[in-house]
Amino acid sequence: MSSSSAHTHQSQPGEAAAAAGHGEGQQHPIRLYLIVWGWLFVLSACSYMVDYIHLEGLLRWSLILIFMVLKAGLIMAVFMHMMWERAALSWAIILPPIAVLVFVAIMVIESDHTVFTRMTFFGGG
Amino acid sequence: MADIAQTAPDRPDGLKGIAADWASDQRAFKSVSWGKAMMWIFLLSDTFVFGCFLLSYMTARMSTTVSWPNSSEVFALHMFGADIPLILIAIMTFVLISSSGTMAMAVNFAYRRNRRMTVILMLFTALMGATFVGMQAFEWTKLIQEGVRPWGNPWGAAQFGSSFFMITGFHGTHVTIGVIFLLIVARKVWRGDYDRGQRGFFTSRRGDYEHVEIMGLYWHFVDLVWVFIFAFFYLW
Repeated sequence: MSSSSAHTHQSQPGEAAAAAGHGEGQQHPIRLYLIVWGWLFVLSACSYMVDYIHLEGLLRWSLILIFMVLKAGLIMAVFMHMMWERAALSWAIILPPIAVLVFVAIMVIESDHTVFTRMTFFGGG
Repeated sequence: MADIAQTAPDRPDGLKGIAADWASDQRAFKSVSWGKAMMWIFLLSDTFVFGCFLLSYMTARMSTTVSWPNSSEVFALHMFGADIPLILIAIMTFVLISSSGTMAMAVNFAYRRNRRMTVILMLFTALMGATFVGMQAFEWTKLIQEGVRPWGNPWGAAQFGSSFFMITGFHGTHVTIGVIFLLIVARKVWRGDYDRGQRGFFTSRRGDYEHVEIMGLYWHFVDLVWVFIFAFFYLW
């Protein structure tokens, strides 16, 4: 992410300066948005197919997660212009949600414990 | 916001850039106006709200000893003489992604000062957002008629209903608010408020076309959240 922004800044210093002069914001070719739009459609169709053809177990979950992360990444990187922002902003936004993953781990342990006690003391609910 | 401090060409990138930008006695977000930075920080806080909803759903589903209702069957629609699984949810997903696409292009046209195309694309975005909420209302009606309540349902674990109404309800509220603000911003673009730098009704600050991009950030976030809801609630 940071390397691509570095590339943009270094390859077109004139364009960036011109944009700065006019107080312009993010300006990218429409074609790029259409391509990403197309990919989002394909990825959504793929994740729908996962359910439609009744994939089960680890394959189903990993495919759901892969398509989800790809879609979220495309939306954030291109539609929300994150790949063109400076690293100081992208990291400030992307790093904190990772704390949620720690929370997920805590709650997985907690739910395992809860279901264990329920099975033990309530005879299978 | 003509005084946006643009990045000097010799500022470092990558990790050195983060350290340099976050160092003391200066603004951290160099090429981003306060409005955009605040929208990002609001979206970050919203991420935690939705994160907690999905987390509590995960906890409820993992800790219950009763089987979880099969969402593929619960959300199936009887069409063309057969039950098609999740079809309404799939259509809703495509509608929301399309609205994100038109919003991205509206931002692009706004920076090109093409007011006509910006307004048309924003109205399309709002229309698709309203369609999405309409389909969600249909889905809610269908489920309530089938006996889904926050405290129980005919198919399995009681927490299914409360998770469903909480998560999709909160997301639908976000979409509704987004549609309202899309219409407000589209009206401002149409009147040329951002060309004249007219002061806004809420902050009394001079607006410019960056507001369309900030509006877009919110709208894409709503789409982003749906990606996670679709994966975790409907497909899992």
